Amino acid sequence: MIFSLDLLSEALIFGVLLGSFYAAVSIGLSVSFGLLDVPHVAHPAVMVLGSYLTYVLTTYGLDPIAAGVVLMPAFFVLGVLIYRFYYESFERRGTDAGVRGLAFFFGLAFIIEIGLILVFGVDQRSVSARYIGSSLALGDYRIPYRMLVAFGVALVLTFALTLYLSKTFTGRAIKAVAQDEPALRLMGANPVRIKQWAFGIATGVSALAGAMLIVVGPVEPAMDRLYIGRTFCVVVLAGLGSMTGTLAAGLILGVAESIVLMFLGASWAPAVAFGLLLVVLGIRPQGLFGR
Amino acid sequence: MKYWITVAVVLIVAVVVALVPVNEYFFYAAFVVLQFVVLATAWNILGGYAGYVNFGTGAFFAIGAYSAVVLFKWLGAPLGVQILAAAGVSGLLGFGVGLLTLRLRGIFFAIATVAVTFMLETVMVNWRYVGGATGLQLLRPPVTEPFDSYTRMLFVVMALLALVAISVARYVQDSWIGRGLRAIRDSEEAAECSGVPTLKLKLFACTVSGALMGAAGAPMPMYLSFIEPASSFSLNYSVSALAMPMIGGTAHWIGPVIGALLLASIQQIVTVTISNEINVLVVGVLLVLFVVAAPDGVLGLFKRWLRSSR
Repeated sequence: MIFSLDLLSEALIFGVLLGSFYAAVSIGLSVSFGLLDVPHVAHPAVMVLGSYLTYVLTTYGLDPIAAGVVLMPAFFVLGVLIYRFYYESFERRGTDAGVRGLAFFFGLAFIIEIGLILVFGVDQRSVSARYIGSSLALGDYRIPYRMLVAFGVALVLTFALTLYLSKTFTGRAIKAVAQDEPALRLMGANPVRIKQWAFGIATGVSALAGAMLIVVGPVEPAMDRLYIGRTFCVVVLAGLGSMTGTLAAGLILGVAESIVLMFLGASWAPAVAFGLLLVVLGIRPQGLFGR
Repeated sequence: MKYWITVAVVLIVAVVVALVPVNEYFFYAAFVVLQFVVLATAWNILGGYAGYVNFGTGAFFAIGAYSAVVLFKWLGAPLGVQILAAAGVSGLLGFGVGLLTLRLRGIFFAIATVAVTFMLETVMVNWRYVGGATGLQLLRPPVTEPFDSYTRMLFVVMALLALVAISVARYVQDSWIGRGLRAIRDSEEAAECSGVPTLKLKLFACTVSGALMGAAGAPMPMYLSFIEPASSFSLNYSVSALAMPMIGGTAHWIGPVIGALLLASIQQIVTVTISNEINVLVVGVLLVLFVVAAPDGVLGLFKRWLRSSR
């Protein structure tokens, strides 16, 4: 492949769009893992579950993004339940929660994945909408509308969450839990209820992220395995729990992956996220914008 | 002494069974069960004793398998050499992963091992010599006397590997190494302060655990007469190797053995009677059930039962 400026700028444009999408699929994890320290390895699996439910809703004629929004309250409840269960089974018992908590979420991811295979089969599923399949011609470049939609939703999500966490009372409480849980307890607040609420929000956001996942491309049940790398890469690179950092980290990953995609080919692309993740973990585990 | 007599008896029984006319399918299934005994025992040396959760069993297993394939294709090396080389290469990989424990703990270490798995899988997908993404068909060499089929021989080999793995785990557990690893699991800072050479022990555990996983992977290409990246590096190996010790009990070397025999046998039955997907579901459900309801596994349940019946 000959290196050319034209190709590079095309890779950059696509990378920015892809990157904002990666930020959007990671932002839920940025709350649940980044802020709450829950080893939520099942986050991508929950998101893929969101994609499939979006698919089901679109068969009734709903727009995929609207379907994602409709699913958010249900996923909020799901998140509250997951956290409640995790808390009662592991966090409250304290000792050795690390190993078992991890094993629990790893098992949960597999249960969701196999559940999806049993219901929908291993075939890829996709949705259709007016903005899927067509693209915007911008001079020499063609930008698919589906990426633009994902880009828009990603920006809205990131800024909404940033505002929520910094301006509202509950949002600040969530940040306070992340900073110093015992202090919050001393102030007479109940950290468990706040964390439960935050985990609910993180999971609710994952429903919309799942909808975007199926807008951007076809999904299959085992897809969550690949997204373990992408989402954790973004969250760790961002520095745990930083929302704007998540957007920046998503962009870095998106551009890197798109350049590799363009110049080395698709078979190397999955390694980018995992490679970047390893490098960040090895050199600067607190991330770029770490707290 | 009693232990070594048991080991000898088990090995003799395995050889005798392989020589008498038993249904060929038995060896086909038993090979897989024994393979999981090795993987679970190996996982437990790092995960159970030291508390470092490895999600990358698939990587060590597959690197072992690919090392064997490369040696076989390049030099036509015999199975024994393949296994030793596979153990060496995967042990080296384990040493590398062990260096990660310098800075990473808990979920960060676990995620890093997933990353290692996918990185190596991508490399194999792009490496033409070993078949790339489509895989490589292998022609088995003629079987060694006195066995009359290759599967029977592989069954005995895997039984031997399982006994080696168990003996290593038993040695590690009962020696000062095991005490050091347990100290690391309980509190790494406290262990370091009391003079436990934590880094050395972690590197040792990672290397030994990796080498055993690699050895378990080495006979796999010959068993299937085929190798392919996606199924070799599958996270299904990782979840099984983690679930089996968790279900059996991580505190004692017999725990992973119980877990592996139990779970892998169920898996074999489920695969035959229902489907391949359900068997991963069984692993997931049992794993979640046990970590929530019986944190010390079957061993813990057994101990509680002993106490209450007394």
